[in-house]
Amino acid sequence: MVDSLVTLAWTVAKVLMVLVPLVLAVAWYTYAERKVIGYIQVRMGPNRVGPRGWLQPIADGIKLVLKEVIVPAGANRFLFVLAPVLSLAAALAAWAVLPFGDGLVLADINAGLLYVLAMTSIGVYGVIIAGWASNSKYALLGAMRSAAQIVAYEIAMGFALVVVLMAAGSLNLREIVHAQEGGVLNWFWLPLLPMFVVYVIAGVAETNRAPFDVAEGESEIVAGFHVEYSGMSFMVFFLAEYANMILISVLITIMFLGGWLSPFEGIFPDRFTEGFPLGPGLHWFFLKTLFFMFLYLWLRATFPRYRYDQIMRLGWKVFIPLTIVWIVVVGIAIMLGVPPWFDGT
Amino acid sequence: MSKARDLVRSFMLVELFRGLFLTIRYMFAGKFTVRYPEEKAPQSPRFRGLHALRRYPNGEERCIACKLCEAVCPALAITIDSEPRQDGTRRTTRYDIDLFKCIFCGFCEEACPVDSIVETRIYEYHFEKRGEQIMTKDKLLAIGDRYEAQIAKDRMQDALYR
Repeated sequence: MVDSLVTLAWTVAKVLMVLVPLVLAVAWYTYAERKVIGYIQVRMGPNRVGPRGWLQPIADGIKLVLKEVIVPAGANRFLFVLAPVLSLAAALAAWAVLPFGDGLVLADINAGLLYVLAMTSIGVYGVIIAGWASNSKYALLGAMRSAAQIVAYEIAMGFALVVVLMAAGSLNLREIVHAQEGGVLNWFWLPLLPMFVVYVIAGVAETNRAPFDVAEGESEIVAGFHVEYSGMSFMVFFLAEYANMILISVLITIMFLGGWLSPFEGIFPDRFTEGFPLGPGLHWFFLKTLFFMFLYLWLRATFPRYRYDQIMRLGWKVFIPLTIVWIVVVGIAIMLGVPPWFDGT
Repeated sequence: MSKARDLVRSFMLVELFRGLFLTIRYMFAGKFTVRYPEEKAPQSPRFRGLHALRRYPNGEERCIACKLCEAVCPALAITIDSEPRQDGTRRTTRYDIDLFKCIFCGFCEEACPVDSIVETRIYEYHFEKRGEQIMTKDKLLAIGDRYEAQIAKDRMQDALYR
């Protein structure tokens, strides 16, 4: 009895150790987004609340909490409230299997990759349900767009991950990272380069971010699936979107950039690449993740929104054929043991 | 051949990378933001802000109620009533500018034969109650008295170009 209570408390503590920094990261990611986009547009971004605007996320949070949650007339109340919860739950649940360092993982399960795919797919139900339950034509249009888009890109994304797991020979995220050991040229971004690009782009599309944000498309359908949401429920959608962006950044890091592995491995002699700065560790993991989080903002500040049919064309006619071809190419390379990457070392 | 080159270029994402490098350069460029309450954008002496009615140096109000400003005002924002004073000169008894109607075109100032109605550089003001947007003669004269030095200086600077 006491044992199981201790286990429970320890598990909750571990979950909180992941979730609390995550939620804080999400809060300041919104600040970073406004700041980065501002700087790219030769503006300053928020700089009023606290020194250099650092307390802006807190002010935003308080504002959203104090606002009224309006449920539109004719909306399905239950689903209307359920949708944001579903989005956020899926976005947070996927974090359970992500390894931050060697052994630093909440649940080291063998089908980790499959679990991540399942969780990220559930997120789209949040969007669809939100769009339908709002009883608003714009919300419904946005939901339908994002459903079609996410389905299209999830196939490409799934295939790209199939290539990764073929190369790694495992569905376990920790083992995928270990399969990339041996320096920066052994990380999967180089051997699987087209898949790396496909995954990055599909990841942006998957999270409904610019330039693939037709689900919101404020110039066409106001705000898409979350037009009718306000206050807390809107904030939950917001949290889910940014948590998903961080999640995809982490997944790219783990799958293609060797997670916590050091880029100096195999370049410098081994005795230099042990221990803190140059050896493998959490800091590399965070640096790589931060780069992709920055890339998200950079892309948003750079590219105009894709037209809807172009998004579909890119998804179905470019990415899916490309990934299928690459599965065959990598499969043959593995069978023949092509050096330097696939010769079984 | 050029088609093949286009295909390769689009698969290499050449143009996307060029766009990305363009935007990242601007990230490190100097910012144009004016941190408003602390910093202010430069102003021309011709700036057309809040109105004022001026006086002659001897304290006599300039306005002679000719109503040219009322006539020229495209937004019909000016209302003037006038009566002869005891000394026989004609003066306004009422000079109202409705700031909700005013479009700050400066025609009233152009039309005025005695440089009485002017637009000052003031642009930071607000109303808290209904009706406060009507600038009465008293209010306009008070603004004129308060900012006469600035107003006179601006007219002097602009006189060269008239």
